[in-house]
Amino acid sequence: MTAILELRNVDAAYGPTQVLKALNLAVEEGGISTLLGANGAGKTTILRAICNMMVCVSGEIRFAGVRIDGKATEDIARLGVAHVPDGRGTFLDLTVEENLRLGAYTRRDKGIGTDFDRLRGYFPHLMKRLRQQAGTLSGGEQQMLAISRALMLRPKLLLLDEPSFGLAPLVVQEIFRILRTINRNEGVSILLVEQNAHLALELADHAYLIETGCIVMGGPAGIIARDDATRRAYLGY
Amino acid sequence: MQGFLHQLLSGLANGGIYASLALALVMIYQATHHVNFAQGAMAMFSTYIAWALIDTGFSYWAAFGLTLLFSFLAGVTVERIIIRPVERGPALTIVIVFVGLLLILNSLAAWIFGYTIKSFPSPFPSTAWYGSKYLSPHEVGMIAVTLVVLILVFLFFRFTPLGLAMRAAAQNPVSSRLVGIRVGWMLAFGWGLAAAIGGVAGMMAAPIVYLDPDMMSGILLYGFAAALLGGIDNPWGAVLGGFFVGIMENIAGAYVVGTELKLTVALVIIVGVLVFKPAGLFGRTLVARV
Amino acid sequence: MQVMLNKTPPIEAVAHRLSPSRWQCLAITAILVTACILPFAISGYHVSQFSQVLIYALAMLGLNILTGFNGQISLGHGAFYAIGAYTTAILLDKTGIPYWATVPIAGAICLGTGFLFGLPALRLEGLYLALATLALAVATPQILKCKGFDYWTGGVQGIQVDSPAAPFGLPLNTDRWIYYFCLIWTVALVIIARNLLRGRTGRALIAIRDHPLAAVTMGVDTALYKSLTFGVSAMYTGIAGSLGAVLSAYVSPDSFPVFLSIKFLVGSVVGGIASISGAFIGALFIEFIPNFAEHISKAAPDAIYGISLIGLMYLMPTGAIGIFNFIGSRLRGEGQSPNANTK
Repeated sequence: MTAILELRNVDAAYGPTQVLKALNLAVEEGGISTLLGANGAGKTTILRAICNMMVCVSGEIRFAGVRIDGKATEDIARLGVAHVPDGRGTFLDLTVEENLRLGAYTRRDKGIGTDFDRLRGYFPHLMKRLRQQAGTLSGGEQQMLAISRALMLRPKLLLLDEPSFGLAPLVVQEIFRILRTINRNEGVSILLVEQNAHLALELADHAYLIETGCIVMGGPAGIIARDDATRRAYLGY
Repeated sequence: MQGFLHQLLSGLANGGIYASLALALVMIYQATHHVNFAQGAMAMFSTYIAWALIDTGFSYWAAFGLTLLFSFLAGVTVERIIIRPVERGPALTIVIVFVGLLLILNSLAAWIFGYTIKSFPSPFPSTAWYGSKYLSPHEVGMIAVTLVVLILVFLFFRFTPLGLAMRAAAQNPVSSRLVGIRVGWMLAFGWGLAAAIGGVAGMMAAPIVYLDPDMMSGILLYGFAAALLGGIDNPWGAVLGGFFVGIMENIAGAYVVGTELKLTVALVIIVGVLVFKPAGLFGRTLVARV
Repeated sequence: MQVMLNKTPPIEAVAHRLSPSRWQCLAITAILVTACILPFAISGYHVSQFSQVLIYALAMLGLNILTGFNGQISLGHGAFYAIGAYTTAILLDKTGIPYWATVPIAGAICLGTGFLFGLPALRLEGLYLALATLALAVATPQILKCKGFDYWTGGVQGIQVDSPAAPFGLPLNTDRWIYYFCLIWTVALVIIARNLLRGRTGRALIAIRDHPLAAVTMGVDTALYKSLTFGVSAMYTGIAGSLGAVLSAYVSPDSFPVFLSIKFLVGSVVGGIASISGAFIGALFIEFIPNFAEHISKAAPDAIYGISLIGLMYLMPTGAIGIFNFIGSRLRGEGQSPNANTK
């Protein structure tokens, strides 16, 4: 199986502070990989490094075989990488519909109408509020909006940074169910950064454990989930 | 009463020009958090270009359109070449670059066109049917043109994908990049649009204040006052502020301080707003993170 | 095989023998001596020009203290210059106070005015302060022309005053005496500025400029310092204005347009906005550039100012002094090689 995303020997730093050291990881095409680890381990930095956001990066990052390290963030997005950042990155002053249309900004095709229909299938409540200002949505709805906006890009790879953060458990379960559907039905590869290790390991095919900028363990999600020692040491349950 | 009505309406006409300049200032501020001190000089230069086109034989509206195009391109170029390298620098550096731009534009206009005051035609003939004892035809035309420009700008930002992208880039550049918007070019287009709007203001003002390299400095001050009053990050506020300042200028000039001290009204508004309510009437109070 | 003698070039050798401050003392002495002899070496009109240079230097020294050292941007120092000039002119016109006494009075008035302006300015940062001071500069000529103040200001016509004669019967003509009068004030004010800026005060000002929050947490009374700095800065420029009125023997509203404030900014930036000696370089720049450039075209000086400002911001934001320091450190063998990685 080919890798849709590959990081080889990636170092990343914010100014003088080194955060990632000689990192290697890969996401299979059509698969779901998850990055787990404590706060400050560098998970968000990995996503930022992939999208070249304010991080000094060396090493190789390949998307669908093409090197993207050094490319501008907007160009990486145009290649088909959709990043839902931590904090969601919603355009708070714009309406839900405007947020969604911005997701489709770079697309040349006219399929926006069909996309809206598809989204109604995933997030019916959200799509009833197209005219509402995004800043007035609840946390869960904003997360759904952020994912929807990413989907409007028709991405090949979806990067998600802590989608469960601050949300009620039922909402989180719903979101993860939808992520699984998106992955199965549309073949969108997913790289998921999560604090909720239990849910993440249920969803993912493959898992990486990060500690202070290095990958300390990587393997099929099921095996890592069943390994008691690992779970207790790194995942806290 | 007649006199008062005349001052009011005439102030409204002037207010259209201030509103246009204020809108240009706010557009650039929203996207970059910089105040373009050279906005007046850019408008002045655009007006000279229009004058040159008309002098060469173009019809008024053809020259008007070409000038808008020229202003847009010039604005984009200035942003990409002159402003871009220092965009993230300290406030003093930016102010100095703007002042430098102002000086260069002034000297360029003076060098190419000379210092003699020139008259600039109005497309609204003085005998037109829509003139009255309260408003000259040109003043009516001014109000109409500025309203048309403001409506077009509103429609552009509200209903076109590019307008939406520009709004997004101004509000949240990071997220904009994540959806593939080239934020750098959005800023440049914003400058271009602001320059074109400034050009309209200049061409509307020139028949009244006549064309010389210094024509826009007083008007720019009113534009600043209007933008600050309305809230430096609020386009609607800028427009309302512009009309309000126009009326205020005339009323205060006629009944309170006399025509010579009219500019002081702008000074008082600027200092007053900055000291007592820096966010303006409709702006958002910015909370700076420690 | 050639044997390389270990010979450092003469300039470097001399530089190593004299410590930097000795260099400076030598330079300053040389400049002072030149300044004293100058009026006897050149003709009358040129002496007036150099008097104007000293005056501009003082005006811009005021701007440097405020904007360069303390980080408060002012586009309106022409207003304080005007206040100083009109104070002298009005006192000479309406009272019997001798010209030399009007200068400290102008200074005191500007100190107070500047301090009062500095109080509301405390709430303004960066470009907002620039806007407010610009508004002040634009409004100044209008206020001076206002008919209500006509009795004092002479309205549009302005005020004409007599030129002073040299005191104690010294054998100096008016031009030369005014030059030495300005020189005395300049030397005195520069010494005061130097002492202020080199000590605790200077460090406090720079701390407020660079890290205002840190300065507050370290116990610096930021508000007081900033307002006082505004006052002192205005005082310097006001004294310059006062001397300017003595020099030109005439003030009128049109002598103080907004462009004057911009000229001060240009001179400060070109010389080096956070330096004392930079003010003098800037003064030479804005006094003599128009002389040369106007032969090309009346618009040329503005173009030169504008290009200098933008060029310096890209290449050497610290101005001419920055260029000198750069060259000096290269000659001394300090500084980085072009390939060194600064990070």
